[in-house]
Amino acid sequence: MNATRLIATFVRTFPGGPEIGVDNLCLGDGVTVLFGASGSGKTTILRCLAGLDRPDQGQIQFAGSAWFDGARRFSLPAPRRDVGYVPQDYALFPHLTVAGNVGYGLFALPAAEKTARVAETLDWLGLTDLGARLPHMLSGGQQQRVALARAVVRRPQLLLLDEPLAALDTPTRLHLRAELRQWLRHLAIPTVLVTHDRFEALALGDTVVVMQAGRNVQQGVVHEVFSRPVNRAVAELTAVETIQPGRLVELRDGLAVVAVGGQQLLALPGAGLSVSGEVYVCIRAEDVILTRGGPGAATASARNRLAVTVQGLQREGPQVRVNLEGAFPLTALLTQAACAELALHPGDFLIALVKTPQVHLIPW
Amino acid sequence: MSVAEWQLIGFSLRMALASLLLVLPPGLALAWWLAKYNWRGKSIIETLVTLPLVLPPVVTGLVLLELFGRHGPIGGWLHRAFGLEVVFTWRAVVLALAAMSLPLLVRAARTAFAEVDARYEQLARTLGAGEWRIFFTITLPLARRGVVAGILLAFARSLGEFGATIMVAGNIPGQTMTLPLAIYQAVQADDEAHAWLLAGVSAIIAFTAVFASEQLQGRRA
Repeated sequence: MNATRLIATFVRTFPGGPEIGVDNLCLGDGVTVLFGASGSGKTTILRCLAGLDRPDQGQIQFAGSAWFDGARRFSLPAPRRDVGYVPQDYALFPHLTVAGNVGYGLFALPAAEKTARVAETLDWLGLTDLGARLPHMLSGGQQQRVALARAVVRRPQLLLLDEPLAALDTPTRLHLRAELRQWLRHLAIPTVLVTHDRFEALALGDTVVVMQAGRNVQQGVVHEVFSRPVNRAVAELTAVETIQPGRLVELRDGLAVVAVGGQQLLALPGAGLSVSGEVYVCIRAEDVILTRGGPGAATASARNRLAVTVQGLQREGPQVRVNLEGAFPLTALLTQAACAELALHPGDFLIALVKTPQVHLIPW
Repeated sequence: MSVAEWQLIGFSLRMALASLLLVLPPGLALAWWLAKYNWRGKSIIETLVTLPLVLPPVVTGLVLLELFGRHGPIGGWLHRAFGLEVVFTWRAVVLALAAMSLPLLVRAARTAFAEVDARYEQLARTLGAGEWRIFFTITLPLARRGVVAGILLAFARSLGEFGATIMVAGNIPGQTMTLPLAIYQAVQADDEAHAWLLAGVSAIIAFTAVFASEQLQGRRA
């Protein structure tokens, strides 16, 4: 997030296919999440960075040296880029043991040092007992860790992870998500992580680059991008549950007043807002607070208060998604405990509270 | 079996083995090149490599005779530069067997190399491995069943070769006579018992090689 490590601007076209590229993509230290729907070109970008795919034109610079320069027809071969790459399906060498896989890239080291490095990395990732196994004897979570071990054992300058958790079942994925975060912190290698899962992006990323239709459209600190999407498509991608068309009525005391479905809401005005302009009003489900009225609601004078009816409840793991109908449809995300406390049932009348900074306006 | 018969079998096996060693490095290189790269004129090379498989072996022998004869472009040079005689010596036997078994080896190995998932080779590249290292540590080990099957087929083909050998090496007992040539000779000399004995030996060797080849290809899981 401090020093810029990698600067890339390039285009890769596929015959009869989409044009994929990035415009002035800047990566610093820490974990950068390349976030987008499937087919938005994330994997192609990663492969171009790894040197496995070649852009048609453009430039890639890493730490001041050229990796790709379309004008000079130069492309640094993959073996000389010193990256660690973990593809989505891991691509563990099927004929080599776990230790053989992890040690594959250490061919330049003396045997003793190589063995020690492999042992150290296996130990760190809790794989020591599996060193002699073949990949097909491992569980998905173990394969994922072996692939990571193989990529990092060479201490690369840049780590590229393509949907590292997508191939796993849900419990394993949630468990490994937390571990992966620890590992990436510990490694402190600049990392690009591709995902289409916004929770993975929030959990693992320091910064996020949103890819849409083969382009990077927004970049920034993860929670800022997720709460301030630059356009409607990014808002849908980051899965802001409530996206309603509204109209900016006035700017008052530094706040924007918007009309949505006959209800007035207060929001912080972002850049590019003009009075009486059309806007999308975005509210993330996590930001909606539900109450049955009473003291909690009374003290919330600075908040937007909406009278709503419960339409339906959907359990999502430890959370409950509550669909509400009021002046406009609204979605709230509650913990099961909170849901039980409120004793929610379809048809209940409630007050929904949304803080002013959590009403996001996107001009259109 | 007589000493002469054992010697004949030994000679035939040695010739087949020598032709295999001669054909293996260029054959695998060519197979790898055909499997992994596309270039202009690739199909011409593919056709040329396959040609000995479909041409009458006698024609292949005739071409070799022309090229490697003492006045031929390659044979003449070998004779002047190294004093090497090729035609009608054991070297011509190896040459004929090599030319005839190359297509089988290349075709089998090319299929095997092409079946190796490129993801593994690409991943090895990101781990700093060069193309040679990738070939010997990833491509060849993963393609080994198909390659070994191709080697066995080529070996079996060499042991049965007749037409090209007789054209370029003749049929000189103790010098260029291989099993099939000896069978032909025996039939010509009305020695049917001898011919059948040698035919039986040929059948056993061929059966073993093809059976092993099938086993290896079938076991690819």
